[in-house]
Amino acid sequence: MNTRKIEILVGLFVALGVAAFVMLAMKVANAGISGNGETYTLQAKFDNIGSLKTRAPIKVGGVVIGRVDGIQIHPEEFVPVVSMSIDKTYECQFSDTTSVSILTSGILGEQYLGISPVIASDSAKQSCLGNEVVNQDEMDLDDLFGVESKALKNGDLITDTKSALVLEELIGQFLFNQGSE
Amino acid sequence: MIDLLQKLGHKTLSRFASIGRATQMLLGALLNVPNLRKGTPLLIKQLYMVGHQSLLIIMVSGLFIGMVLALQGYTVLVGYGAEDSLGPLVALSLLRELGPVVTALLFAGRAGSALTAEIGLMKATEQLSSLEMMAVDPLKRVVAPRFWAGFISMPLLALIFSAVAILGAHLVGVDWLGVDSGSFWSIMQSQVSLQQDIMNGLIKSFVFALIVTWIALYKGYDCIPTSEGISKATTETVVHSSLAVLGFDFVLTAVMFSS
Amino acid sequence: MSQSIVEVKDVTFSRGNRVIYKNMSFSVPRGKITAIMGPSGIGKTTMLRLIGGQLRPDSGDITFQGTSVPAMSRADLYHARKQMSMLFQSGALFTDMSVFDNVAFPLREHTQLSEDLIRLVVLMKLQAVGLRGARDLMPSELSGGMARRAALARAIALDPELIMYDEPFAGQDPISMGVLVRMIKSLNEVLGLSSLIVTHDVTEVLSIADHVVIIAEQGVIGSGTPEQMLAHSSPLVQQFLQGLADGPVPFHFNAAPYEEELLSGGTQ
Repeated sequence: MNTRKIEILVGLFVALGVAAFVMLAMKVANAGISGNGETYTLQAKFDNIGSLKTRAPIKVGGVVIGRVDGIQIHPEEFVPVVSMSIDKTYECQFSDTTSVSILTSGILGEQYLGISPVIASDSAKQSCLGNEVVNQDEMDLDDLFGVESKALKNGDLITDTKSALVLEELIGQFLFNQGSE
Repeated sequence: MIDLLQKLGHKTLSRFASIGRATQMLLGALLNVPNLRKGTPLLIKQLYMVGHQSLLIIMVSGLFIGMVLALQGYTVLVGYGAEDSLGPLVALSLLRELGPVVTALLFAGRAGSALTAEIGLMKATEQLSSLEMMAVDPLKRVVAPRFWAGFISMPLLALIFSAVAILGAHLVGVDWLGVDSGSFWSIMQSQVSLQQDIMNGLIKSFVFALIVTWIALYKGYDCIPTSEGISKATTETVVHSSLAVLGFDFVLTAVMFSS
Repeated sequence: MSQSIVEVKDVTFSRGNRVIYKNMSFSVPRGKITAIMGPSGIGKTTMLRLIGGQLRPDSGDITFQGTSVPAMSRADLYHARKQMSMLFQSGALFTDMSVFDNVAFPLREHTQLSEDLIRLVVLMKLQAVGLRGARDLMPSELSGGMARRAALARAIALDPELIMYDEPFAGQDPISMGVLVRMIKSLNEVLGLSSLIVTHDVTEVLSIADHVVIIAEQGVIGSGTPEQMLAHSSPLVQQFLQGLADGPVPFHFNAAPYEEELLSGGTQ
């Protein structure tokens, strides 16, 4: 077996290995969002998270933008706090009035987090990104309500949350309503 | 009774001694400045022997294991109407467990035993001694390129194994059993993460590569240079490295995937 | 420079509990053919490994060209080994290389010669052992005698000062044995090197050796020229040189006294 042939065959072997990796990364795992991109973290407090698990997807209108990073119990209030790692490109895009809810895909499917985004005002975006806000004259729509909204950045807490629907509670509620009619 | 204790103690000590010798061998082989001009052709030759020669068995086994996984998974999942989850089932079990582990086991049988037998025979035919007398360190010349070849080859083989197995699962699941191709891939994509699953699988594979290649080389290097000694060493390579791989797999899985 | 290339002084060496040498001393004169002889199983090969630095003596000293081998650092040892080479009993050719590459191996490892020059040197060495035509064969295609000659070509590739032969004649037919004997003799003369032959083929080696050392019972029992040896007074030496079945070295290994008695007095 001469050297040249061996070199070619080894090259083939390595290329095959790399091709397998690329195929696994692109086709099997969605490399676009789940892993290699930079992320930022948001927190959200819930009353009940149902059966939400770490690594559950976080979706906006059905599109995955991040994953659940960890679930802890708030040390004082004893309610679950979910930390979400979300694609960096969406940092400073959502207003702090954005709401998060725990949803279920299908009847038996997994639970995931759905974000109903409220788009942050331009001035809020700028100040969130650390830029000087130049134009203070024009009032934004949010400010009309007298509340100064901010854009969500790394480490912020979302307060407007809807907890998971627990089947037993739903049935209980339904029966209670029926009974009162 | 005392005799038994004595025997036990003796056995323990000789175990430690052999671990010590194995470490000495590995360090001797790796702690040196690699000579690129001389080392590269040696490495390429060993990559051919260790990696390329194992390709066929890895690909064929991968194909069949993927097909079996799809078949078994489908029959269970279809009972819950969840046959769309066949994709993630197959992909996760392959990437996290079966890919690295089965590759390591096949590698131990195919390449590990060959490495042990080759080095054992080189020892028996005084080729190692003769290298030493020619002022060439057999650890650098013989052991080091084989070690690196094994260390590089196995993760590549594991990747190829997983990729082929997923294609095999697609063949059975989608083309034969009629799972929807779109949901096969898309649910798989939403469930499999590059870092968590593929990278952790790769790390496992590197660890297994280290274990299997190390055991194979040590068993060959340390064998009794007779035909009986070599056959014993070859058997030990396969048995010890398979057990070590399965044991370490449990430890690594516990560290990586239990949160 | 001293007269001797290798000097073994008061060496004691044991393997496990078994003492192989006890306070052994001898020297290998420069430019001569020295033969170490002795019955099998007394560690003649071990002696070569001690000189080559692969083993270390328990006590005593071995010098090669005036420097102590056991005291050498690894780098010094490797440097010294470029000046000595060893012909192993099996030849120890690298089975994955052709004859040509085997002979070229030490040159490629230790010199910066160009491929053209290496080719020239290798062909010269192969010519010296009569295997120039077999350069493209693999070691598995060679006969035992040819393999040993190829190994000899490899051993002289770097023009060493000292060649150590480990049982060069074992298992050879009379023709290849004759070829090897003549070759060792002529190499020694032409290249001006020193040879150390470990063997128990008495007649062959006595015909070419300048100096003979006979080892038995953990030490040297006699040394001198072949003529001196043949006239040696020790019964042990005589038994060995004449190949007698029984004598100071008993025919029976560890036999019961009754059997020894039965066979004693038969030969001496």
